[in-house]
Amino acid sequence: MLGRLSWAAIPFDEPLPLISMAVVMLAILGVLAIVTVKGWLPYLWREWITSVDHKRIGVMYMLLGLVMLLRGFSDAIMMRTQQAIAVGGAQGYLPPDHYDQIFSAHGTIMIFFVAMPLVIGLMNFVVPLQLGVRDVAFPVLNSVSFWLTASGALLINASLVIGNFARTGWMGYPPLSELAFSPDVGVDYYLWSLQISGIGTLLSGVNFVTTILKLRAPGMTYFRMPVFCWTALASSLLIVAAFPILTATLMMLLLDRYVGMHFFTNDAGGNQMMYVNLFWAWGHPEVYILILPAFGVFSEVVATFSGKALFSYRSMVLATLGICVLSFTVWLHHFFTMGAGADVNAFFGIMSSIIAVPTGVKVFNWLFTMFRGRIVYRTPMLFAIGFLVTFVIGGMTGVLLAVPPVDFVLHNSAFLVAHFHNVIIGGVVFGAFAGYNYWFPKVFGFTLDERWGKAGFWCWLVGFYLAFMPLYVLGLHGMTRRLQHISDPSWQPWLLVAEAGAIVIMCGIFCQVAQLYVSIRTRELRRDLTGDPWNGRTLEWATTSPPPAYNFAVLPQVETIDAFWEMKRRGLTPAQPIYETLEMPRGSPIGVVTAFFASVTGFALIWHIWWMAILGLLGAAVALLVFGWSDDRERELTAAEVAQLERARRGLRQPA
Amino acid sequence: MTLTTSDTAPAAIPTGVARGGGGPAPTRIVVAYGFWIFILSDIVMFSALFAAYAVLSGNTAGGPSGRELFNLRNVFIETLCLLFSSYTCGLGMLSAERRQAGHFLIFATLTFGLGAAFLLIEISEFAGMVSRGAGPSRSAFLSSFFSLVGTHGAHVTAGLVWLVYMVGQVLAKGLRAAVLRRLACFSLFWHALDIVWIGVMTLVYLMGAP
Amino acid sequence: MDGSARLFGDRPPGVEQQESTANFLSYTVGLGLAILATIGSFVVSQTDLLWAPGIPVGLVVLAFAQIGVHLVFFLHLGSGPDNTNNILALAFGVFIVFLVIGGSCWIIANLHANMMAMPAQMLH
Repeated sequence: MLGRLSWAAIPFDEPLPLISMAVVMLAILGVLAIVTVKGWLPYLWREWITSVDHKRIGVMYMLLGLVMLLRGFSDAIMMRTQQAIAVGGAQGYLPPDHYDQIFSAHGTIMIFFVAMPLVIGLMNFVVPLQLGVRDVAFPVLNSVSFWLTASGALLINASLVIGNFARTGWMGYPPLSELAFSPDVGVDYYLWSLQISGIGTLLSGVNFVTTILKLRAPGMTYFRMPVFCWTALASSLLIVAAFPILTATLMMLLLDRYVGMHFFTNDAGGNQMMYVNLFWAWGHPEVYILILPAFGVFSEVVATFSGKALFSYRSMVLATLGICVLSFTVWLHHFFTMGAGADVNAFFGIMSSIIAVPTGVKVFNWLFTMFRGRIVYRTPMLFAIGFLVTFVIGGMTGVLLAVPPVDFVLHNSAFLVAHFHNVIIGGVVFGAFAGYNYWFPKVFGFTLDERWGKAGFWCWLVGFYLAFMPLYVLGLHGMTRRLQHISDPSWQPWLLVAEAGAIVIMCGIFCQVAQLYVSIRTRELRRDLTGDPWNGRTLEWATTSPPPAYNFAVLPQVETIDAFWEMKRRGLTPAQPIYETLEMPRGSPIGVVTAFFASVTGFALIWHIWWMAILGLLGAAVALLVFGWSDDRERELTAAEVAQLERARRGLRQPA
Repeated sequence: MTLTTSDTAPAAIPTGVARGGGGPAPTRIVVAYGFWIFILSDIVMFSALFAAYAVLSGNTAGGPSGRELFNLRNVFIETLCLLFSSYTCGLGMLSAERRQAGHFLIFATLTFGLGAAFLLIEISEFAGMVSRGAGPSRSAFLSSFFSLVGTHGAHVTAGLVWLVYMVGQVLAKGLRAAVLRRLACFSLFWHALDIVWIGVMTLVYLMGAP
Repeated sequence: MDGSARLFGDRPPGVEQQESTANFLSYTVGLGLAILATIGSFVVSQTDLLWAPGIPVGLVVLAFAQIGVHLVFFLHLGSGPDNTNNILALAFGVFIVFLVIGGSCWIIANLHANMMAMPAQMLH
């Protein structure tokens, strides 16, 4: 009846997951109770869950990413602690079976459910505003994308309490991930969670490519777009080009596991190297999908907080497009040691070194932007400066690893772990935090508390160096990744420093939570009344904070780069604009409904509950057919209504 | 002003049109271009399946190879079915653009029939292979064959379901703008499937057979 | 309606041109060329019209030709300025396809060549 699902799936005998599950369930039930009792459900349904507004969807993505950061970080500090104490004779507190699931979940969650949502969330909120338009090209599709991502996150969290997660690492290499060696549900949770959220991400990519190429304010030619939009475009092109490869590869592994095919099995001609090859053909572009929008954030932040236009706009754009194309020519550097010959290894090693060049161009452009600028050291700028130092170090260790003979020594060592955390934390995470602090006033109408923000930054910066610099040393001493037990006691001092670093990062996270709490409590002190708290340069600062649902009552006429800066320079026009009737997209439940059926189907497939899987698929299909029939997707806002809303906003808004 | 402009032309032509400064594009263009990007992503997915086939096609694990299994006469008929269905689909789109619902329905029916014929031949081919012990779990070659060709067939099936759905919309709502946009997406999808089939026909059947 | 497309300087693939007779001709010529290419492929593959080692090359050339026919005659992809975005997207897609298929073949072939002699059971 219920496939292979039984009471044995719940880990009654393992206190850690059981307690964390209980805590999370209580928290969820508590939130639901409050929401219901206070009567917020209709509001939440109407204004958030069924919203197709890119601003709302962006906030929900950020919320998902930040909440999952807590889960991913819990995994991290558990691993750090285990490695710090399980040295020599000591066994630590995490048996290998759990440790393996934890490092697998940590990587999977951090890449797919923290970094991707944060980056896509920022793109969602900011890009249409910067382009001077009202929404993305396909608002309903946008909602579907978000909810499918959330569905994947739900499944992966379910693995904590019902069944177990994969023990294969976040890459899921066969033959370990094949049925013969991972017969339980763990790998299936991994596969279905990623397939479902992968569809959401792919659709987001299509959405943003179309938006950026086809929907811009009048006069905004390609070379008048903000740099963040260029990086969003490059990242979205990479999503469109790379995610289908992941879909196909995971599908092949699923076919091996469910139907007994032999793509990657040990027998009947399977080729495991093909999995590794295809996985990384997706995997390398994926890291550029993550970092390019972060680069875009820093371009905006550095220019704004230096009070200067970004240095050399054109070379920034060319560097971005160069990275976009080159990112597809380096993927073999993830498996130099798999056995390819010198010619193949040399080609990919050289390409991996070349790809550092456009990034170097960007770093110099940021530095030249700051040079002779009037720098304002607010939290976003601190993250930018921290990024410049940290990411360059991480990038240099990357170029070091790009040399195949070096990689032969350091592949899968702690050095590698240090490198990728260096670039991801220093680049993607700092970029997300900078963007979060920078655009928060635009989203919610008040700035974040500066003192807690700075405290959080310093904790993250110091914590990062403490946590990961020792890993570079350990890697050079021969420590591999994913060790549950350390046999060499001389490594322990380094691991203790790393543990201290993790604790300092945890303090940083506390500071950020405190920042949010304090900022909300004292928000009246930091209300953003002008819509332009940072003296910004791009069009999103031309709206009120928060912007109206329609963003711009009249689409701005753009004539230069940094369109808003130009508008301010010429003096904002006091003339009465002529309003027209707007058509705004209606909200739709199709996103959450599709995701509901996707979750049901995924769960059912994982546990082999075939009848439930069929019902889930049918439900999704019917929902899509029902939704696809209607033409009534928009509602009208008459010119009079727009005029009234605009008058109210002008009343609220005080001149700078 | 609407989210995108409607399908009618605006009053004035803004500057910098050629360099992309014309303001938001009409809905018709936005939808078709978005679907074109989606099609390209689907082609990339097929390329991963093609790559797997290229790498694994020699791994027959002592079982039958393409040489022994492929029936080229059937492949030729399948190819012509799909090609002609692309043709009738194109003619159907022409009729739809000219608001000739009757003609459109005729061509849609022909497209459906030819696509269904393609599927029937393919399903019988698969069934034949499975019954002879050459199913997808026999060897890596057969796994990659069934997945590549089967994924294409699944896309064709989805396309046929979509076509029926679109015929329903045309009958119920007529050839209004929204319906035409969806038909444009369908026809893009259908032509793309034929393009993928050219790859399958060439790389799988013609190169694999004696 | 399609006039607005002209004004905005863009035409997506598949959108019909103004002159319908031109379109009908386009489809019919495309069909004819595609049939020729298909028959050509079968002939190349099944007869010894081409020198045997050249057969794969011939098939690939014919396949590209037929795909080109589809793109131009069925999808109306052209080289005019209103098609730039479509062509760029297509070029990007083609680039990726080549990298994935060609790259995988090159890499896996190289890996196979460099593996030392394996036990026979691993070869199959």
